Amino acid sequence: MSTQYLIKGARIAAVANEANPANEANPANEANPANSGKDPDVGASRPADILITDGVITSVGDSLTAGGAQVIDAAGLIALPGLVDLHTHLREPGREDAETVETGTRAAALGGFTAVHAMANTEPVADTAGVVEQVWRLGQQAGYVDVRPVGAVTIGLNGKNLAELGAMADSAARVTVFSDDGHSVSDPLLMRRALEYVKAFGGVIAQHAQEPRLTEGAQLNEGEVASRLGLAGWPAAAEEAIIARDCLLAAHTGSRLHVCHVSTAGSVEIIRWAKSKGWQVTAEVTPHHLLLTDDLAENYDTFFKVNPPLRTKSDVEALRQGLADGTIDAVATDHAPHPVEAKETEWAEAAMGMTGLETALRVVQLAMVDTGLLDWAGVADRMSVRPARIGRVPGHGHPIAPGRPANITLYDADASREVVDPAAHASKSRNSPFRGMELPGKVHATFLRGVPTVLDGKPALGGKPVLDGKAMA
Amino acid sequence: MCAMKPVPGDSPETGGQDSAARGSQTRDFNPPHWKDQGWKAVLTPEEIRRALSRVAHEVLERNHGGEDVVLLGIPTRGVPLAGRLAGRIAEFEGEPVAHGSLDVTMYRDDLRLRPARALQRTEIPPDGIDGKTVVLVDDVLYSGRTIRAALEALNDLGRPRSVQLAVLVDRGHRELPIRADYVGKNLPTAHREVVRVLLAETDGEDSVLLGDRIQPDNAEGADNAAGANNADDAAQETPEGNAR
Amino acid sequence: MNRHLISAGDLTREEAVLILDTAAELASVSDRPIRKLPTLRGRTVVNLFYEDSTRTRTSFEAAAKRLSADVINFSAKGSSVAKGESLKDTALTLEAMGSDAIVIRHPASGAPHRLAGWVSGSVINAGDGTHEHPTQALLDAFTMRERLRGPDERGAGLDGVQVTIVGDVLHSRVARSNVLLLTTLGAEVTLVAPPTLMPFAVGTWPVKISYDLDAELSKSDVIMMLRVQQERMTAAYFPSVREYRRRYGLDTGRMALLPEHAIVMHPGPMNRGVEIAADVADSARSTIVAQVANGVTVRMAVLYLLLGGAEENS
Repeated sequence: MSTQYLIKGARIAAVANEANPANEANPANEANPANSGKDPDVGASRPADILITDGVITSVGDSLTAGGAQVIDAAGLIALPGLVDLHTHLREPGREDAETVETGTRAAALGGFTAVHAMANTEPVADTAGVVEQVWRLGQQAGYVDVRPVGAVTIGLNGKNLAELGAMADSAARVTVFSDDGHSVSDPLLMRRALEYVKAFGGVIAQHAQEPRLTEGAQLNEGEVASRLGLAGWPAAAEEAIIARDCLLAAHTGSRLHVCHVSTAGSVEIIRWAKSKGWQVTAEVTPHHLLLTDDLAENYDTFFKVNPPLRTKSDVEALRQGLADGTIDAVATDHAPHPVEAKETEWAEAAMGMTGLETALRVVQLAMVDTGLLDWAGVADRMSVRPARIGRVPGHGHPIAPGRPANITLYDADASREVVDPAAHASKSRNSPFRGMELPGKVHATFLRGVPTVLDGKPALGGKPVLDGKAMA
Repeated sequence: MCAMKPVPGDSPETGGQDSAARGSQTRDFNPPHWKDQGWKAVLTPEEIRRALSRVAHEVLERNHGGEDVVLLGIPTRGVPLAGRLAGRIAEFEGEPVAHGSLDVTMYRDDLRLRPARALQRTEIPPDGIDGKTVVLVDDVLYSGRTIRAALEALNDLGRPRSVQLAVLVDRGHRELPIRADYVGKNLPTAHREVVRVLLAETDGEDSVLLGDRIQPDNAEGADNAAGANNADDAAQETPEGNAR
Repeated sequence: MNRHLISAGDLTREEAVLILDTAAELASVSDRPIRKLPTLRGRTVVNLFYEDSTRTRTSFEAAAKRLSADVINFSAKGSSVAKGESLKDTALTLEAMGSDAIVIRHPASGAPHRLAGWVSGSVINAGDGTHEHPTQALLDAFTMRERLRGPDERGAGLDGVQVTIVGDVLHSRVARSNVLLLTTLGAEVTLVAPPTLMPFAVGTWPVKISYDLDAELSKSDVIMMLRVQQERMTAAYFPSVREYRRRYGLDTGRMALLPEHAIVMHPGPMNRGVEIAADVADSARSTIVAQVANGVTVRMAVLYLLLGGAEENS
């Protein structure tokens, strides 16, 4: 017996480029019409129906009918391909007080995500096949999103010895993205070796760009605010220097480089330059870096403490521009949950990080769509297509078209603005910098291979994991 | 910072011009005269002058001369009064008499009722007060609490042989067992009435005014006409503030 | 924020002058046989010191006791703090014990801000990280006014006074507070330091910058030397103590170039022979000892003005 869902009247975001795991071509060379449009209505079709049968999109068109299908009224909603997050911290194993794979992926689904990359700085570090497989299985059991574990580049994140990258790639978790995030791979020789080594299995090194010697004890962007507040500065040059070096190394070795959480105007320029040379460099930006600036730290509110730090208005503008013109390929949340006591301290003691899965799409709407910098096709490209391509995530980042796995996000861009209340979030942690802020939009429903993980803005699984398009009984 | 505003009109013993200029925060126009606001003058400048001369004579008579006498005026208006008394005494005796000021703010018993007040000058003459006869000088004696505070302040400064009190006006309603040795004028009043003393040094003219608590154009009883209120008067007028 | 003193920048000119005038009136208390006023009787002041500082702590203690307040000293060593108690828990403990004011010194910038969110009493910043030290700036301003304008000066600021601050400005909370307060009081501030010890965004501060101490001497009414820590050398802020002293130390030769009325100040503790020569520190121009005495008086004024009256309804 078939399980069918009929989504009626959604405006489907256009997707021009398909995610293609086998394609090694440089994304910068491909024609890319799915970016920058001033009119948010351009980039999404007129309302259409989508029929999902047993986890696959079987039909897209007008006035579809299907007896026995559960009907989802999507009038006024935008249909996006399921969002893919390249950068999330699920904290399990080791820091389950802050988040677990289950709570984190539930939060992801509520944010419209169908796949997330779980960073490796867990306890123990995800530097072996054993740990990545554990994380992968936990994701499957929870059933909310496809969890793609990220493998550490170095053993224990020590920055000195390569971890068994091949073993992780071959494991059931099929790791593609490797990162020491939390730390920078600062040793240039080690970075070179890592970039070369992963070519053998199509991996990519995702670098957290931070020159450690320039940022010892750094607390906040090095600028006027930090000087006044007496907080040690984190200079933009410390990020830009590593990015420049790594782009040159990627070119020299013919490898792929992905830059995590770009935060400065200078970084955007360097990446733009590297892409113009045809080098295989991709980059991501967080939602908070598209909206927030360092002056929010005025009262030492640790909810604004993050790494890389919030920067200035001109950095925010350059990042928005970079995302709009495709220099920055993806929005990645860097969702970093922390327990209350880790933030309820003096600034220097507080943990760095902000939650972001449940607010990401809303912040992107506020910062990019409502300002006319990106249309919905652009959002689909930056939050689904390109991240899926960079992470070589099978089944995600495809256009909403017949024959494709039904990974779909239904989003209400016209929902009345609501104040963000972290206490209502599915994430275990409450450290959202947007608390108390009004954000537009609301994720209405999320489908993972045809199974609704979120319906009506609420988690829909009820404990049933999703496997092969069917909720397990 | 909270409670940091200096109480308006609290300019210490600077001359009449300074305080007339600084007296009221809202003063950049011609303020109405107190006569037009319902105040009644109960002592004229002449009567004030005579009262002070009489008090000066009484001080000298009682203390057999001015030699071991120290006049200490209690800010604000006690200070110019002490100065005038010292001047008269010097005239009569042909010798100067020691005088100065004693700020009692830190010893008040009603500090917690309003924001912290600015302090005024305390100037003790060089020979101190040990073994001397201290004559406290103030403009109005009311509840007696200011004088109690002054006695405590004196206690921490030294050990006078005796302490006497000279006031320009005694308006009754004592709340403590305090009495004045020298009184310029006894003025029986009702609680709801307000007594204001104006002096040339602080307010540009000499007068003692009597009025009702709420006057037209005088809701706060402060900041108008020919004299800004001093802190003591302001305390008089609050329902609970029987600072004297 | 108005029941706290956390940053010198929070004070208006009126408030700052009021503190100075109040301190001037309280100065005579130290000369009396009975060095006490009853004003804060029954109030509790807690000294919460996470950094060793006998000098500042005893200054606050003396100030509180002269106003008859009860003083509780809470130092980090050997306490629950050393065992890992969080700032928040310490704050809640003090709150439960009933503190009217907490004087806090802490190595993390912003700690007083956080503390203020957890207690109902007044928070007085006695130095937080490299951020601020407002009572130091107040006693410095008081000393300047007393020496340059006379002890009877009331109601005045420091208009037109040329103050030169020399040394490790980057790491100095004293410098930050002084820049803010002196500017509020109308003084003109020049900062002198090697470029490595200037804050990154100092160009946005209301000050003049100079890398050349000698050029500033003849124009200064006040020269304030900041302590330079030896540790800065290993972090490559300057090559050697010798070079630092040669270029930025106040020796007798440089002192002779100051105008006659100029005064030499130092917040202490001094590195004699590094940023300031011993002879200079002990000279008649030096206000270093007076600064200590003035510290008690100024802190009495602050405690009185914060705790001595009713709280305003904000």
